[in-house]
Amino acid sequence: MSHGANKAEKIKEISGVNPLRCMKCGKCSATCPAFDEMDIKPHQFVSYVINDDIEALTSSKSLWKCLSCFACIERCPRDVKPGKLIDAARQLVVREKGADYLKADEIPELLDEELPQQLLVSAFRRYRR
Amino acid sequence: MKYTYYPGCTLRTKAKDLDAYAKASAKALGFELEEVTEWQCCGGVYPLGSDEIATKLSSVRVLNEAKEKGQDLVTLCSACHHVIKRVNDDMKNVADIQTRANNYMKLDEPYKGETNVLHFLEVLRDKVGFDNLKKMVTNPLTGRKIGAYYGCLLLRPGEILAFDNPENPTIIEDFIKAIGATPVVYPYRNECCGGYISLKEKDMAKSMCDTIVESAKGFGCEMLITACPLCMYNLNKNSVGDVPVYYFTELLAEALGVKEAAAE
Amino acid sequence: MQRIGVFVCHCGSNIAATVDVKKVVEIISKEPGVAHCEDYQYMCSEAGQAKILEAVKEKNLSGIVVCSCSPRMHEGTFRKAAERAGLNPYMVEIANIREHCSWIHKDMEEATEKAVILARAAIAKVNLNAPLFPGESRVTKRALVIGGGIAGIQTALDIADAGYEVDIVEKTPSIGGRMSQLDKTFPTLDCSACILTPKMVEAAAHEKITIYTYSEVDKVSGFVGDFTVDIRKKARSVDMDKCTGCGLCQEKCPSKKTPSEFNRGLNTRSAIYTPFAQAIPNVPVIDRDACIKFKTGKCGLCEKVCQAGAINYDQTDEIVTEKYGAIVVATGFDTIKLDNYDEYAYNQSPDVITSLELERVMNAAGPTKGHLERLSDGKHPEHIVFVQCVGSRCNDNRGKSYCSKICCMYTAKHAMLIRDKYPDVKVTVFYIDVRTPGKNFDEFYRRAVEEYGVNYIKGQVGKVAPQPDGKLLVQASDLLDNKQIKMEADMVVLATAIEPSSSVRKIATMLTASIDTNNFLTESHAKLRPVESPTAGIFLSGVCQGPKDIPETVAQAGAAAVKAIGLLAKDKLLTNPCTAKSDELLCNGCSVCANVCPYGAISYEVIQVNDHGIREERRVARVNNALCQGCGACTVACPSGAMDLQGFSNRQIIAEVDAICR
Repeated sequence: MSHGANKAEKIKEISGVNPLRCMKCGKCSATCPAFDEMDIKPHQFVSYVINDDIEALTSSKSLWKCLSCFACIERCPRDVKPGKLIDAARQLVVREKGADYLKADEIPELLDEELPQQLLVSAFRRYRR
Repeated sequence: MKYTYYPGCTLRTKAKDLDAYAKASAKALGFELEEVTEWQCCGGVYPLGSDEIATKLSSVRVLNEAKEKGQDLVTLCSACHHVIKRVNDDMKNVADIQTRANNYMKLDEPYKGETNVLHFLEVLRDKVGFDNLKKMVTNPLTGRKIGAYYGCLLLRPGEILAFDNPENPTIIEDFIKAIGATPVVYPYRNECCGGYISLKEKDMAKSMCDTIVESAKGFGCEMLITACPLCMYNLNKNSVGDVPVYYFTELLAEALGVKEAAAE
Repeated sequence: MQRIGVFVCHCGSNIAATVDVKKVVEIISKEPGVAHCEDYQYMCSEAGQAKILEAVKEKNLSGIVVCSCSPRMHEGTFRKAAERAGLNPYMVEIANIREHCSWIHKDMEEATEKAVILARAAIAKVNLNAPLFPGESRVTKRALVIGGGIAGIQTALDIADAGYEVDIVEKTPSIGGRMSQLDKTFPTLDCSACILTPKMVEAAAHEKITIYTYSEVDKVSGFVGDFTVDIRKKARSVDMDKCTGCGLCQEKCPSKKTPSEFNRGLNTRSAIYTPFAQAIPNVPVIDRDACIKFKTGKCGLCEKVCQAGAINYDQTDEIVTEKYGAIVVATGFDTIKLDNYDEYAYNQSPDVITSLELERVMNAAGPTKGHLERLSDGKHPEHIVFVQCVGSRCNDNRGKSYCSKICCMYTAKHAMLIRDKYPDVKVTVFYIDVRTPGKNFDEFYRRAVEEYGVNYIKGQVGKVAPQPDGKLLVQASDLLDNKQIKMEADMVVLATAIEPSSSVRKIATMLTASIDTNNFLTESHAKLRPVESPTAGIFLSGVCQGPKDIPETVAQAGAAAVKAIGLLAKDKLLTNPCTAKSDELLCNGCSVCANVCPYGAISYEVIQVNDHGIREERRVARVNNALCQGCGACTVACPSGAMDLQGFSNRQIIAEVDAICR
């Protein structure tokens, strides 16, 4: 098994998603509020996992644009829930490299008076190990 | 009636109002929110990997405390509610997580998802009853046109949160009616505000919040109410910003005539 | 001791690829009682059957074991072969080494061992087989058709034309069904009413057809050839014989607020009503839940205006009991409820409608008199968006797992008709796949695109958001352009999944006809017996068996009629001799067997017995062989071991188990 395939298996395991259930209807991409910001679109996540092209997925912009708003998860008619796949891919990156999308020393300049703790906590959990 | 109450990090700091108005209203409505003794942050987002355990343990601790007291667990913040309810579902239905979490916890008796997790709004709907609430309102907010902003975390995934119809919810609209005001329904009330993306991608959050606020305004909302400090922040900070946003508990306290008392 | 012949079938490679048939023959040849054993490529073929005939003659065999496919497939074939060889057909046993063995195993050694064991069990059973002789039962030369849509009407007409009496039971006040609600039909675009109404009239006028509308099947007993059915004729409150169908009562009725079922709730009807103008019979019914007279005792206007004196408030439900030889189920379909799909805003906006509702909007007799308009404000639409697969092809607990089959074609039809009649209206269709297998179907769809300029976009709609100005903002994906698009529409039409009519579960239970997880009635064989239920004498017509369009429904309705006619043409039926039998010396008359019998086949009688010189009266069970279906429930329930099933006796079953465990 190639390295890519191992990672694809890992993504399936972490996400609990079987990408083969997808019928390519595109409802995820129809519903995603971050669609325009993504380079790999929600309905494409599935093919990247099926084709073991995990490098492209883990180095994509989409990884950091998904909001985890569950819109695609709620509306997917095939129980594929592409949001879980991108979450799992992000987990792979965060776990391996400790992730550098959010650096501790850049935080002070991102803060403002009203910014709730909840936001920082969520961002940390999403972006860092 | 006593409930175990989990406030969460933000209600101790930036969202003290959400908490204070809720407690004052609870008192007026005849129930008590008994705070969990030593709570920790829920993590803000539900742990993504199905293989993660450590990040779920703070929720399990809280859930178990409620179980030991024999009380339902009440939350206010949408994010805490989302995380704790989903962890509870895991503890009830996912054998692997249940076993591994209990191995860590070393409780006298393993926790198996016995606790009933309620959002404060669910207490109002299912325990107090909106009809009763209406009778207890001393200062009805007649004439105010209020839009409910649900956001995503309270509703989705619908199967697990089982809070309301995730695509066409009514609980906050019913709440608005109960406090004497007029609910305004608009289609983006269940779409995401951007959440944590606003830390680094302000433009994205802004465009999403603008869609929500513009839609609400278009349908005649004079104000929005929410249960989530992060939604509140994004709607205030990152949208056109000319529709005021309140915590639902503030309006509740006002309608019950306890707003001043709570503010002290 | 029997002289048993064992025949092992290769079934091409179906069995032989996984089971070492030569080895099975080698081992089984040495079994006690086996006088002959051989293998052959296709035992069911003419040549294979000839081998049985030959062996019976040469080796003087008294029992046969065929190791082959499921007895459901070829038990009948081999029983007939045995009969031709001069044996009683019930001296044949099948060892199922295909479905139960070769198809489910991969390892040849294990599969071969299992095949041998299954063969041994069959040999052990045949050793105890005794000749059985079927009885005879009569055939009532009358058929019942449940459901009066196009499927039921066509089946009834075909059976009646063959000379048999047919009754149609229809639960609504008129026959016609879903087809009567359609405006035009694909792929020829002829008007639905124009082709349906003549058939409705023909059925009503046919001397062999009796139609019970506003009626339901209440109770079914009996068996193939001899069913007894209670039909509940619900109180119509209008005398069918006196009513002239003038319609004055409906015009004058002051209660006019009930949502019209026929128009899918898009407008209202009166409390006394016929569903539509061409209704058959053209006799109204009073909806007692809506009628002021029934609710308050006051009113009675319809009675006053009825010149024929046909109104009868005192009418009660009437039960008609009738006997039938065959029953055809033609209960049809409904569209699913869309409460799980509020992202499409069906419940939030009157301008989001189902395709069936659009049929009514497009129909000249519909709520808008055939004018295409928004139901919210009556405005002429500029842009209509169609969404395909709403609730179909879902496996997420919200919708149906299957393809509803008809939606691609009717959507192309709707799009085309709108573009034809209103060239100014823009039409967009969001599709996942366009499925058009059918004669002239793909050409039809292409015409919608090429000649009528319908804009087909591959992608799904994620959300429909009603706007403050009344427009609908449709957010969707365009997968071929890899874009998310937002477009304003004036109306959104949802191709809503279809599901079997809600009454079908109750009817299937009464008929002991099996249904699948989606409530579609199960056919006896998916390919070879597609219009027969596994329950003898029950036939399937139309969408109750699975999604299908009108041409397919009519074809299947004819096929179901032929099967029913084939049954009705017989004077007598041979009954299954594998029925229960009670040993009166062991029976203590406890009634347990009668309580578990699903067919009411067990009764009791008092007999005189001589027990060691003492004469006494004893209550014992008696099985009616005509009613017994041989299910065996009584043999298991009997506490004293008096009840046994012929052909499947307790001794035979134990012998099989012993052989397997040996």
